[in-house]
Amino acid sequence: MLALTRTLAVARKELLQLRRDRLTLAMMAALPIAQLLLFGYAIDTDVRHVPAVVWDQDRSAASRDFAQGLQATGFYDFKGQVRDGAEIERAFRSGRAQVALVIPPRFEAALAQGRPEPVQLIVDGSDPQTVGSATSTAQGLAAARSPRAPQLRVEPVNWYNPDLKTSTNIVPGLVGVILTMTMVMLTAMAIARERERGTLEQLIVSPLRRSELVVGKIAPYVAIGFLQMTLILLLGRVIFGVPFRGSIALLYCAALIFIAANLALGLLFSTLARTQQQAMQMSFFFLLPNILLSGFMFPFEAMPPAAQALSQALPLTHFLRIVRGVVLKAAELPDVAGELGWLGALLLVLSSAATLRFRKKLD
Amino acid sequence: MTAENEVIVSTEHLSRRFGDLVAVRDLSLEIRRGEIFGVLGPNGAGKSTTIRMLCGILDPTSGRGTVVGFDLARGAEQIKARIGYMTQRFSLYEDLTVIENLRFYAGLYGLAAARREDRVRFSLERSGLASRRGQIAGTLSGGWKQRVALACATIHQPPLLFLDEPTAGVDPVSRREFWERIHALAEAGTTVLVTTHYMDEAERCHRLAFIFRGGLLDVGTPTEIVARRGLRVAELEVDDAVPAAARLRQLPEVDEVAHYGHTLRLATVGGVDPEALARAQLGAQVRSSRAARATVEDAFVSMVRSEGA
Repeated sequence: MLALTRTLAVARKELLQLRRDRLTLAMMAALPIAQLLLFGYAIDTDVRHVPAVVWDQDRSAASRDFAQGLQATGFYDFKGQVRDGAEIERAFRSGRAQVALVIPPRFEAALAQGRPEPVQLIVDGSDPQTVGSATSTAQGLAAARSPRAPQLRVEPVNWYNPDLKTSTNIVPGLVGVILTMTMVMLTAMAIARERERGTLEQLIVSPLRRSELVVGKIAPYVAIGFLQMTLILLLGRVIFGVPFRGSIALLYCAALIFIAANLALGLLFSTLARTQQQAMQMSFFFLLPNILLSGFMFPFEAMPPAAQALSQALPLTHFLRIVRGVVLKAAELPDVAGELGWLGALLLVLSSAATLRFRKKLD
Repeated sequence: MTAENEVIVSTEHLSRRFGDLVAVRDLSLEIRRGEIFGVLGPNGAGKSTTIRMLCGILDPTSGRGTVVGFDLARGAEQIKARIGYMTQRFSLYEDLTVIENLRFYAGLYGLAAARREDRVRFSLERSGLASRRGQIAGTLSGGWKQRVALACATIHQPPLLFLDEPTAGVDPVSRREFWERIHALAEAGTTVLVTTHYMDEAERCHRLAFIFRGGLLDVGTPTEIVARRGLRVAELEVDDAVPAAARLRQLPEVDEVAHYGHTLRLATVGGVDPEALARAQLGAQVRSSRAARATVEDAFVSMVRSEGA
């Protein structure tokens, strides 16, 4: 049961303090914008314009034609010819090239006779992401140029993100990451601050109920969370052209559960931390697995089973699937019901743990 | 039972341990309506632990008690609604203004909007804070912070007020004004439980409890407590005060010898006349002497010395 007067008193006080704390306020607005620009522009896993060199041992019309065909795909930028393997190695070491195309001596003659003649593509494997794209592009081209037309043709059709832009995937994901970052940290610090300044004792000695304290304290932050989410989605649309295809109402409802789960976690941290600094450290410690394991940066499917199991326990993992589903694929309630169930269960566990830990006693 | 004698706080054998440390041992007290009840003791004696148990924010390890009519074990939340609590740290929100602090505490105690503004205005007037209503609490001096903290702790007009070392770090003039306000509150029927280690403040209480190492040494009015120690005190003007004091301290009938500037303050036990004793021991070294009143401080030091030995 909540008494409105007391809950409102806490919420109003929290807002007043927030208004005086210009730095935190500025951070909460600047963080989403900075992250959006950073992740949106800087992190581009689309492989294009890979620097390449050619060792054309055939020097024929056919070999030149093949090399030009590769360049035309846009995946490769040919930086020039090399004359031996040592030169390729130097080009790789200096970073002048990441790919070397080696065309064997009797390439044109073999093509003319309809004989298969292997073309070698040497790839700098120190960046695995380049390897995959570089080889598949070359294979595609080679297959197309192959004299014996393949019986089966595989034609990939790319839905939801036809241009294969990273930002389309990153921007909705950022909503989840930013909310995790700010919500957990703000609540953890908001209570640790009261403890540090001695005002928590004054709250504990008042008739304020736990639920009133928790709701009053987190309500302003829920509002801030919604503002951040709106800001990211709007800027993502304006700057990166990320579409919003699904139901706004569904997304905001899911976000409410997600935000509440994060706030409960922040509260749990605050019961463990004695100082604001400890609360901050715990929040950062928690953020790392979220970024690495949730599927925000690396695909969930590629993770070993143990990491997958761990990531199921992170609210972000489930919210990411919801937000990407709703924003990019117009997913509806039945599509995301399973993930919503996970979020609800996590919320229940986290808030129970926080409530049990947070007692209105001093010891 | 008349309202005058109504028992507001009563404890029986209240104890609290922290691991091996016994912070409060076997404390039995009774405090009546309108009393200013002082809890005295050196640092770490268990004063704050006692207050926290009585406020319902720290569970006693054993023993029981009732506060404002509610049982400590079962009625902690009912107790919390009916008490005011002020700590030595003043526990204000330093980034809020004076009036915002008052409004927050009014809301915390569930005062409805209309009454809240009345009470806030009244408290500002009563505490002389009206001119500082818009000032950020963190920028106030110690004395002003103390006024705001007291105004916050009494905004909901609690029948019982706990003050935990309320005058620590506050200048003497502010302390004096503070005690005037405490007496005015008591006059109006508020019961006040205050901890302190300032002996002049102890003299201002109606009744006192001496706590030492978690245990209760004595309870009573300041006069009763002093009388029970049976101390007689004289102030002496003496040549070569330091060796003279050392010599007097050797005697079994001497409780305490203390230097006050050029004067020696001699306290004796067992009804021995301190002036006669000094003259017998020191002879012509005693230039003059006069009888003095035994104070709470004399009694307190005497009690702690004999316990601590």
